Amino acid sequence: MAQAPKPRPLSPHLQIWRWGPGMLVSILHRVTGNGLAFAGLGLLLWWIGALASGPESYQSFLDYTWTGAGGGLQTATALLGKVVLVGLSWAFFQHAASGVRHLILDIGAGYELTANKTWSIATIVFSVIATVLFWAFLLLR
Amino acid sequence: MGNGTSIGRVRGLGSSHEGTHHWLTARLTAVGNLVLITFLIVSLALLPDYTYATVRGWVARPLPSIALILIMINTFTHARMGVQVMLEDYIHGEGGKVAAWLLVNIVPFVAAAFGILSVLRIALGGA
Repeated sequence: MAQAPKPRPLSPHLQIWRWGPGMLVSILHRVTGNGLAFAGLGLLLWWIGALASGPESYQSFLDYTWTGAGGGLQTATALLGKVVLVGLSWAFFQHAASGVRHLILDIGAGYELTANKTWSIATIVFSVIATVLFWAFLLLR
Repeated sequence: MGNGTSIGRVRGLGSSHEGTHHWLTARLTAVGNLVLITFLIVSLALLPDYTYATVRGWVARPLPSIALILIMINTFTHARMGVQVMLEDYIHGEGGKVAAWLLVNIVPFVAAAFGILSVLRIALGGA
């Protein structure tokens, strides 16, 4: 006989567990992935759309996201734009590094406690260093 | 859970048997993104300046055009799957599930189509 529907069980949420590197990297993978999906791909479309529409659209894109040349609203959005762009570059490096970690976990390697912890921390170290080097290269060359 | 009978599956409570394909496609597009986005950010970082002429001239070249069209397909496929999994974890109401289903099955396709058209306009010299 069909059973009466009852509420599905929910797994314990964040506050239940003691935080560790593996947990942090797992959460960061989801946060950075969704950040890249919404903000990153949105910005990618704005960029390519502006580039396709002509010099004025492209200049408007640059002014709103980076230069703030028009003053007023653009000054504020350009400041926000710099934060978002640096954040997105970090999100890409973090998501890529923990994505590679996931590919390695998928083949069954890296589950020993110390190795798992080490490689979790390594993804964060990598993403921070890569972000700093990337922007240093862009701004200082 | 479904109770293993046909009616249990009809009610949408059993396995859809699409999990493996979803999982594998996520991995495949992940590797694609690793290559494509690395190409994109290294290429952009190496451009001499970011004026309209320089950037548009770069996009119009064959290899960047192809890479960008592939990016529009690959990133939106990957993002769609990731956002779908996130929404499945957090949205439990029936109305919300329908809204989420519409979101992940419409928005990424419209967005990717816009992106591909933009690259084509640049690559083929239209305005």
